[in-house]
Amino acid sequence: MATRITVDPVTRIEGHLRIDCEVDNGKVTNAWSSGQMWRGIELILQGRDPRDAWVFTQRICGVCTTVHAIVSVRAVENALQLEVPVNAQYIRNLIVAAHAVHDHIVHFYHLSALDWVDVVSALSADPAATAKLASTLSDWPRNTVQELTAVQQRLKKLVESGQLGIFANGYWGHPAMKLTPEVNLLAATHYLQALEYQRIANQIVAILGSKTPHIQNLAVGGVANPINLDSQSTLTLERLFHIKSLIDQLGDFVRQVYLVDVAAVGAFYADWTNFGAGVTNYLCVPEMPLDGMGTQFELPGGYIENGDLSTFKPITSFQDAFFEQGVAESSKHAWYEGSASLHPYDGETVPQYTEFQDDGKYSWVKAPTFNGKRAQVGPLANVLCMVAAGHEPTKRYLDTVVSTASALAGTQIPLTALHSTIGRHAARAVRCAVYYESLHNQWQLLMDNIGRGDYTTFNRPTFMKGEQRGFGIHEAPRGVLSHWVVIRDGKIANYQAVVPSTWNAGPRDENDEMGPYEASLIGNPVADPELPLEVIRTVHSFDPCLACAIHMVDDRKQEIVRVKAL
Amino acid sequence: MKESAPTCPVLVLGMGNILLQDEGLGIRALEVLQHDYELPPGVELLDGGTTGMGLLDDISRRRHLIVLDAVQTGAPPGTPVVMRGEEVPVYFGIRVTPHQLGLSDVLATLELSGEQPGSVTVLGLVPHSLELSLELSGAIEAKLPELVDLAVSELTQLGYAPTKKGPDTLIAED
Repeated sequence: MATRITVDPVTRIEGHLRIDCEVDNGKVTNAWSSGQMWRGIELILQGRDPRDAWVFTQRICGVCTTVHAIVSVRAVENALQLEVPVNAQYIRNLIVAAHAVHDHIVHFYHLSALDWVDVVSALSADPAATAKLASTLSDWPRNTVQELTAVQQRLKKLVESGQLGIFANGYWGHPAMKLTPEVNLLAATHYLQALEYQRIANQIVAILGSKTPHIQNLAVGGVANPINLDSQSTLTLERLFHIKSLIDQLGDFVRQVYLVDVAAVGAFYADWTNFGAGVTNYLCVPEMPLDGMGTQFELPGGYIENGDLSTFKPITSFQDAFFEQGVAESSKHAWYEGSASLHPYDGETVPQYTEFQDDGKYSWVKAPTFNGKRAQVGPLANVLCMVAAGHEPTKRYLDTVVSTASALAGTQIPLTALHSTIGRHAARAVRCAVYYESLHNQWQLLMDNIGRGDYTTFNRPTFMKGEQRGFGIHEAPRGVLSHWVVIRDGKIANYQAVVPSTWNAGPRDENDEMGPYEASLIGNPVADPELPLEVIRTVHSFDPCLACAIHMVDDRKQEIVRVKAL
Repeated sequence: MKESAPTCPVLVLGMGNILLQDEGLGIRALEVLQHDYELPPGVELLDGGTTGMGLLDDISRRRHLIVLDAVQTGAPPGTPVVMRGEEVPVYFGIRVTPHQLGLSDVLATLELSGEQPGSVTVLGLVPHSLELSLELSGAIEAKLPELVDLAVSELTQLGYAPTKKGPDTLIAED
């Protein structure tokens, strides 16, 4: 007799995701991923000026405000076939890269590390032994006995006060927790240090975007950052060099701490390379456009089928027909009218709520497909596609993580191990390092272009009578993000956002095929159905962010996580 | 421009989703403060939207944090809500507003790094309607001045009294 577990909600950030699993003999045998809020941004945008859309779309999500802003202006520019000054591309790219670095650090250390790290166990660690262990792993200068001892004291105080705060929902002492007290202390120390470094990354976004959390410097046609090397109210040399100094401060943390920690967690939890693969068709889009129309990119994108890198098919431009024609969304198992798969230009958002029906409709998230197939998006898809495309920095950082993990595990870890729960974490760290390097490169490109005397940052858009259609793509921290706009007589006639969490968290599709979250849970071990840490590990490895896949919270739920074993 | 640690001792943080009608009442109250009042030096206003951990830098090391938000207490819509001191942990302990998870994570994290604000006060109204719309419901629109007054008197008590702009100092709407 199978046990049914409901985890609701799974996100620790704003958002509302419900996961149902059937567990039989300690393994997940069936799974449902359900978005519990309705998203209606599309309806708010109809009839509005396309130049204003980005201001509203950055309110879709509480975590990735900037990404929805950037992709929205790209969509409108695509519809208008508007060329963007290269300076504007570089400035947007800097924001994209800094945001990615910030987001990945926060996800690993602050939103998911506690699935693997037992903070209470860190209290019994020996700081001297921890420092010694750390010195074998990395050259990071802040793994000192002094700093480790100070962190342990702080944790002790926190645990003794009974106010565990951010750690209150951890699964302390769970049998699936495998790290030694020393590794737990090291990870907890880096958890605190990561707070400082994610801030630095966020400051770069704040300087270029004028403000966070909602950036204000975008415009359809470019950016509103006038470049004038002398005027104080604009992007001056002083500010550009300040950004450079912030970039420089980030590098060692990403390379000497984040990459190493993820390799260590991977080595100590090597069994987790056997779980969580799920859908192994991978989709990502190119990022960091280097020209005005988006035909050249620093980072490649494309599609891989069945986890086979030799099937890689590139996506090469902001006008790419393979991507544009490949995307569809099915509402067969979602609480919207209709069941046929529709292209986003023709997408409908007409709610039709039923109860949670295992074989019928059970989610507010639609099920996207790429050329009729389910696809996983996110850092793992991004890294595998960039490796398949021969991107040197991606291969280099992936090699570093895999060889560090292999050395620690005492066995050579194959590339296929990446198709897993732990593989998604490893890929996110690799992607963070790649984007960090790109941050450097884009800064240099901007400086070089300014040095050539080009200060242009904005091309004014013009709207024509009749209808224009366009799409914007962005490789966001959680994966492929696309906005689709139909403009009629200068106003928005239709607007659809196909977000990363829709790709990954979507329900079964038109052909009843499971989405990536659902498929990844099949076969997962569950030691204790009352404490389904293993289910949470796999779902968290996708970095769930349901606030943008769907919206609306009003349930006055008293529990933060409801675990119901039926 | 925010290139170093915040210098303003007081942060008034509007939280909420303006796409969902009264869910955005904290942001709407913040806009009234910004538009109708002259604020003394030392007070910063910030529209936090629905974000969470991204606010870490903005909240850290403030002397006073005032959060304006829609708060579900079970009381009738439009009821003003004030939570401070001892009551605030309750607010963060259970899920009262949709943003509580994000904001609570931020405050708990700052507690850990020793950079928590000296005081946290939550001012809000119980929302009436959370339908998809950029406009507040009529019921909440009518109550919004009460929330603004709460914020003004809170700031006044802290020694940062805002002054209402006269008709000639009001900046014309674009």
